[in-house]
Amino acid sequence: MNGGSCSSSMEVDYDHHHHHGHEELHVLAVDDNLIDRKLVEKLLKISSCKVTTAENAIRALEYLGLGDQNQHMDSLTNNVMKVNLIITDYCMPGMTGFELLKKVKESSNLKEVPVVIMSSENIPTRINKCLASGAQMFMQKPLKLADVEKLKSHLMNCRS
Amino acid sequence: MDALVAQLQMQFRDYTISLYQQGFLDDQFTELKKLQDDASPDFVAEVLSLFFEDCVKLIGNMARALDQKGTVDFNQVGASVHQLKGSSSSVGAKRVKGLCVSFKEFCEAKNYEGCVRCLQQVDIEYKTLQTKLQDMFNLEKQIIEAGGRVPQVDIN
Repeated sequence: MNGGSCSSSMEVDYDHHHHHGHEELHVLAVDDNLIDRKLVEKLLKISSCKVTTAENAIRALEYLGLGDQNQHMDSLTNNVMKVNLIITDYCMPGMTGFELLKKVKESSNLKEVPVVIMSSENIPTRINKCLASGAQMFMQKPLKLADVEKLKSHLMNCRS
Repeated sequence: MDALVAQLQMQFRDYTISLYQQGFLDDQFTELKKLQDDASPDFVAEVLSLFFEDCVKLIGNMARALDQKGTVDFNQVGASVHQLKGSSSSVGAKRVKGLCVSFKEFCEAKNYEGCVRCLQQVDIEYKTLQTKLQDMFNLEKQIIEAGGRVPQVDIN
């Protein structure tokens, strides 16, 4: 650590910016709250993930190539960098995170992509509903660095 | 120089601890600080700045919705309260979050007076926090300008 500007609040040295290669997870983070979006992005980047954010489920689906079914999205899908994980807030106006989860799991292209649901509310029926519909995990907001690290190691173990 | 730095560091430490003890900040603010590093040395200040902008916007929405005397859409008020509750929780703004919890209940109960009271309180509370944090950031700046490092403050 240099002797300069910022508080030395990091106990562990995180490999922020030098992690290249096929092991880097590309995460699509969906949340209608700007602050939460900024935070989840930072948490994921610190954990060496590539991050794309979306401010609602519709935008997320468009990015994933599951937009308006009447449009031919095949060519666009090829341009999108493969998403390894979707992390989404539950409570969003318009389409909820739960509805997004279902759309992803119904898609032949994307059903293998793990979907993690986040919520500030700890409601067992909500959690069970998400897990029953194929959510990989349910995470309580606000997210902490330890949560994301746990998530990442869980996912890396699943991949290998 | 060293004596000045030491004094500033002590002031910073005491001030930070007092903010936690008085309930302005909680654990989540500590978590936020963990995300700040050499690559993003102003991360905390940036996020808090976004938060305070959000406060202005959301409180404005709530005020407008509550101003529709007789035809107040409590769902609309509640939607903004929900957003503010989320943001305040995410940045560790403990008192603001606590007020949002009560505010949300008043919205659900369609209690006009309760909502108006909460609105006034939340407005005061975010502004108070903003001032306190500005003082804290100023102390950090003074430490750095005096050639020192901002100490890690152990809340426990």
